[in-house]
Amino acid sequence: MNKFLKFFKSLFCSVDNKEPKLLTAYKKESTKSILSSIICIATGVLIGFFIMLILEITSDDIPTGDAVNGFFILLGGPFASKSDVMFILGDMLFQTTPLLLTGLAVAVAFKTGLFNIGAPGQYLMGAMVAIIVALGIPVKSEVAGFFVWLLALICGMIAGALWGAIPGAFKALLGVNEVIVCIMTNWIAANVVSWVFSVNKQFVNGAQSKSGYTIPTIQNGVATPKLGLDQIFKGSYMDIGLFIAIAIAIVIYVILNKTTFGFELRACGHNKHAAKYAGMNEKRNIILSMAIAGALAGCGAALYFLNGKVELYWNTYQTLPADGFNGIPVALLASNNPIGVIFGSLFLRYIEKGGFNLAGYTMFNEYVSDLIIAIIIYFAGFSKLIKDILSGRKSNKKGSMLKKLSSLFKKKGKKQEQDDLNQQNNSQNQVGDREVVE
Amino acid sequence: MIFLVQQTMIFAIPLLIVALAGVFAERSGIINIALDGIMIFGSFIGAVVVYNIQMAQNGPSGQVLYLIALLASALAGGIFALLLGFSAITLKADQTIGGTALNLLAPAISLLLIKVVYGQNALRMPTGTVKEYMLHIKTGTFLDAFTDMSYISTYIMIVLFIILSIVLYKTKFGLRLRACGEHPQAAASVGINVRKMRYIGTFLSGCLGGMGGYIYIATVSAGTAQGTVAGMGFLALAIMIFGNWKPVGIAIGSLLFGLLKCIGSSYRAIDINNDGIAGLANLNLPSYFYNIIPYLAVLIVLAFTSKNSRAPKAEGIPYDG
Repeated sequence: MNKFLKFFKSLFCSVDNKEPKLLTAYKKESTKSILSSIICIATGVLIGFFIMLILEITSDDIPTGDAVNGFFILLGGPFASKSDVMFILGDMLFQTTPLLLTGLAVAVAFKTGLFNIGAPGQYLMGAMVAIIVALGIPVKSEVAGFFVWLLALICGMIAGALWGAIPGAFKALLGVNEVIVCIMTNWIAANVVSWVFSVNKQFVNGAQSKSGYTIPTIQNGVATPKLGLDQIFKGSYMDIGLFIAIAIAIVIYVILNKTTFGFELRACGHNKHAAKYAGMNEKRNIILSMAIAGALAGCGAALYFLNGKVELYWNTYQTLPADGFNGIPVALLASNNPIGVIFGSLFLRYIEKGGFNLAGYTMFNEYVSDLIIAIIIYFAGFSKLIKDILSGRKSNKKGSMLKKLSSLFKKKGKKQEQDDLNQQNNSQNQVGDREVVE
Repeated sequence: MIFLVQQTMIFAIPLLIVALAGVFAERSGIINIALDGIMIFGSFIGAVVVYNIQMAQNGPSGQVLYLIALLASALAGGIFALLLGFSAITLKADQTIGGTALNLLAPAISLLLIKVVYGQNALRMPTGTVKEYMLHIKTGTFLDAFTDMSYISTYIMIVLFIILSIVLYKTKFGLRLRACGEHPQAAASVGINVRKMRYIGTFLSGCLGGMGGYIYIATVSAGTAQGTVAGMGFLALAIMIFGNWKPVGIAIGSLLFGLLKCIGSSYRAIDINNDGIAGLANLNLPSYFYNIIPYLAVLIVLAFTSKNSRAPKAEGIPYDG
């Protein structure tokens, strides 16, 4: 309690000869990360707006004012719906669950220096195993239903982990690029899932209108607990899955940042060889990292399909689930921070709902939201540049100026850059210094 | 047998040319994960051009129109890829992020425009287009496999593939391009403009990718641009890695993959010894089994050959200079 009071005080007043934290917050690296994310998002949304404006002006079909109107509908997300807001909000939150976890799956692998483009495959395997367990064990009572649910969730995670470990093993033991193995295992998974369900018809919905879908797990009495959330968000699929996912994100954050194992994973990501010579088992770490990533993606799928009412489109061998691939933009948006992934996935779903409303109420359509997300990711690529600008280190990025300088001065420039990190306040003076030397 | 050759070519050609697109970017030092997006964008622009020319009704048609569409999609792909070049070369951004952004951008922008401008969910080139492209030269011999029911693009792409492979390995330009992907500092020290070479590599990559995208929708996907190429760009990326960033490896990889893929999709009708019995269909294995084989084969081959695999050393690393 005392500690908390001290922290609260340190926000506003000088404590231990340090300046008030709120005043110095803008200098912190994390604040700059968040700020640069916000700048990316704002730029993406604005460019999306301008594209809508241009379309409105050039096209005869779009009535005047639709772009401005659409802009606000887009920003409103689920709240701009004219029908039941709570229903759409609940669905948005429910659909965030798998996206959050596939985002984590990509982020964890990125931390170990691996590009996990295999989340769709891991997702499918998790979904398949979870559904088979949930439907395969006959449930007699409510308590049994809960335990079968738990078992199905765990089995889904294990299936995802095993599937994710394949690219990890190929990378660690055989030195095969993980991207190619992930792409191949994705399509293998899609075919395996279709194969398994095409043979085991007892899991498949027999209704003519539901061709290609599995039976919802609620028919066997297995469903994620709702804890009254379905009453708050009436009519939606909302359940406690999102909270489980958020808890997992926090656990992953703690593992990555506060434990030795997490440090080893990150060390492998920063420099595989350095990690090896420091005595870490980099092969084991690569496999484990991919297995964890797979478990996360599998868990996302399990939580989604164990909801009770959701049906898996099992005849999926020609397409891969979008939620798997969308984990990549989520992770990039969050710069691979597990806590950031929570907000990144929520934001993606929010703007997606805005896009669907756009299709409902204006002449534009849901692809505007996809476009905005793409632009945001594009700008997220130069978040480092934005952060540098925020730190007042603009001068380093002026390539033409640097080109003129002699190689000797370039070395000096680099040293100055390091000094910059230590004393960011002096950046103005250093710009002056450089001009003198030039 | 003739049927098998025809079908294999249809699958293999987009893979071949898009994998080569990947080589041009990666050999210059830019990881091009955006191949899928470039294909989608190229196919979209190609479809728009064909749609508008055919709607005008007095424009060119047939093979001429096909060539015009190929050129348009190449240009579109090249310009689209410059977006990746700008972020990766000028702004020194993370190349994976830039590529992912392009992969998201291409379907979004093409579907948005198809819906707003044309009022459809997918831009279908007017009927007859696909058939119109086909060559129907019947000789009555085995040569039919190459002249009947095939596309002019197949041969253009094979020629282009050979020319560009020679350019990459036997010309000054090719050597310079590869140097920028291996050791840009060394390249710069002998007076090569690394940024310029990387921009050229990315642009060429985009041109080839865009063309590959249009060939894909014109030949495999029934002439419809719908904001997807069914993961073909990623497959091409995999074939590029499989082929060890080398044209010969890519040619082998895409032909192998195309053959297996074609067996998977039409094993019911394959009759190798012309005795009227489709041998594979009698085995009673599910189609999923045949679908898995190409992917599994790639993995198995990789497991045995991976020790020789070598990516361009400087790919993915922004050049500071």
